[in-house]
Amino acid sequence: MLIPLSHYLVVAGLLLVIGIFGIFMNRKNIIVIMMSIELVLLAANLNFVAFSGVLHDMVGQVFTMFVLTVAAAESAIGLAILVIYFRNRGSIEVEDVTMMKG
Amino acid sequence: MIYNASFAPALILGVGGMALLLIGVLTKRDRFTFCSFGAVALLVLAAISSATVPDGAIFGGLIKTSRFTRFADMLVYLGAAMALILSLDYNRREKIARFEYPVLVLFAVLGMIVMVSAADLMTLYIGFELQSLALYIAAAIARDSLRSTEAGLKYFVLGGLASGLLLYGISLVYGFAGTTNFASLANILGNGAGYGTVVGVVFVLIGLAFKISAAPFHMWAPDVYEGAPTPVTALFGTAPKAAAMALFLSVMAGPFGHLVGQWQALIEILSIISMALGALAAIGQTNIKRLMAYSSIGHMGYALMGLAAGTVEGFQATLIYMALYVVMSFGAFACIIAMRRKGQAVEKISDLAGLAGERPWFALAFAIIMWAMAGIPPLSGFFGKLYIFAAAMNAGLLQLAIIGVVTSIIGAFYYLRVIKVMYFDRGTPDFDMTPASVKFVMSAGAVVTVLYILLPGPLVAAAAAAARVLAG
Repeated sequence: MLIPLSHYLVVAGLLLVIGIFGIFMNRKNIIVIMMSIELVLLAANLNFVAFSGVLHDMVGQVFTMFVLTVAAAESAIGLAILVIYFRNRGSIEVEDVTMMKG
Repeated sequence: MIYNASFAPALILGVGGMALLLIGVLTKRDRFTFCSFGAVALLVLAAISSATVPDGAIFGGLIKTSRFTRFADMLVYLGAAMALILSLDYNRREKIARFEYPVLVLFAVLGMIVMVSAADLMTLYIGFELQSLALYIAAAIARDSLRSTEAGLKYFVLGGLASGLLLYGISLVYGFAGTTNFASLANILGNGAGYGTVVGVVFVLIGLAFKISAAPFHMWAPDVYEGAPTPVTALFGTAPKAAAMALFLSVMAGPFGHLVGQWQALIEILSIISMALGALAAIGQTNIKRLMAYSSIGHMGYALMGLAAGTVEGFQATLIYMALYVVMSFGAFACIIAMRRKGQAVEKISDLAGLAGERPWFALAFAIIMWAMAGIPPLSGFFGKLYIFAAAMNAGLLQLAIIGVVTSIIGAFYYLRVIKVMYFDRGTPDFDMTPASVKFVMSAGAVVTVLYILLPGPLVAAAAAAARVLAG
């Protein structure tokens, strides 16, 4: 049975909302924030692949490949920054990231 | 065709950057100074080749060079080169003189020129990410400093969210319009756009607003400006701002140009909130770098006003504004880098008290740049605002122009306060000798700001040609 496009869009929309809420509501751990960023990217990827199937156009799938590559580079850099931050601060709790305010 | 001269600037930056990286890794000696000069030389080379290459589309229309991209490229090269010169002495003294820094700046610049010359949403995204990823690392380059790493972390999280939203918007535009090519998008959207496309455009707009730090998507800017090492802040305040604003113009005027009715009100709101926040939130600041962050938010509000006008005159005004802003901005950051006492960088506005008596030229340069940022004639900042307000009024956006004038008067208060502290407050700043490289950037910023009135023609003409390309 063919799954209609709207189903994919709803799932992608939910992933996006979960991702954004994960970034702003999460008060515990920065790693969770990074996972949330990945969720946002995956939501876009799901859109691309679903649209690509419906439009019979390869551009969406090529785009997804690029996004996956960029997402991998982004998490590598994010984790590296997190490691040097942890060395200086000794904690990765979101509530501790408050050196500068105002 | 495999090779096309239009791509030469990007090749110079990419290959040159990797060559510098190899030299830095393979030689055992400290290569920071060598790589910095190498990077500046590559930027100059790229600027020369960018000025001479022909216009045209390459890679099957994924990238397109024109008078507009050339104008934006020049701003990016200028800002990045000045930021690199500023880092020469500072990074040594702060013991962050790593050869990776100039290499990272080169890759960020490569990302910026790819994104301003993008003619497809795919190239736009790749350029945008290349730029962002390099800048996340640059913000955290002082890896033993808590403030720098915290700045890097905050920039990473909010920048990652911004590119996620941008990407989600791109996916919706692709799905509902059926293509990612700018020219085809402009054609298709000319026949009207559905809700899906409009939602996608709004997401793209939010992603870009994050990058130029327009309020209400500015929350990363003050912390990152304050925490990052000052030459990195100088970079953030110049090249990426110019590139992101150019991208904003090219995306809104190009593929989404027919949807001006949908995005115009949003840009107006961004502009008003940015101008108001830039003027009001800066008043209470005591840290000069934080002050510059709020000031840049305000300036982005003025620059967006030209985009909101949606006319060739408005685009031209925005481009001129960005060019003048880049010059003022590197001048201001050169002055901030020169604030060192007994080998320590100081950042409080009150540290400037009594500067005029001790270092009259330094104080004069700083005062000139602050006057220009406040928009006081006959300095360059005044003309930037004049073009913007004129374009907004001619496009019928009278309220927007009036709000702009009011906020720039409020904003003048905190710029003039810096001057008052330097000239009328008692104190002994006792600053260290300023190195020649910083003096050079400081005087370049101040002299261009003062002398712009004598020779405005070339910049205005170049911006006009660029704006005509944008409007098609």
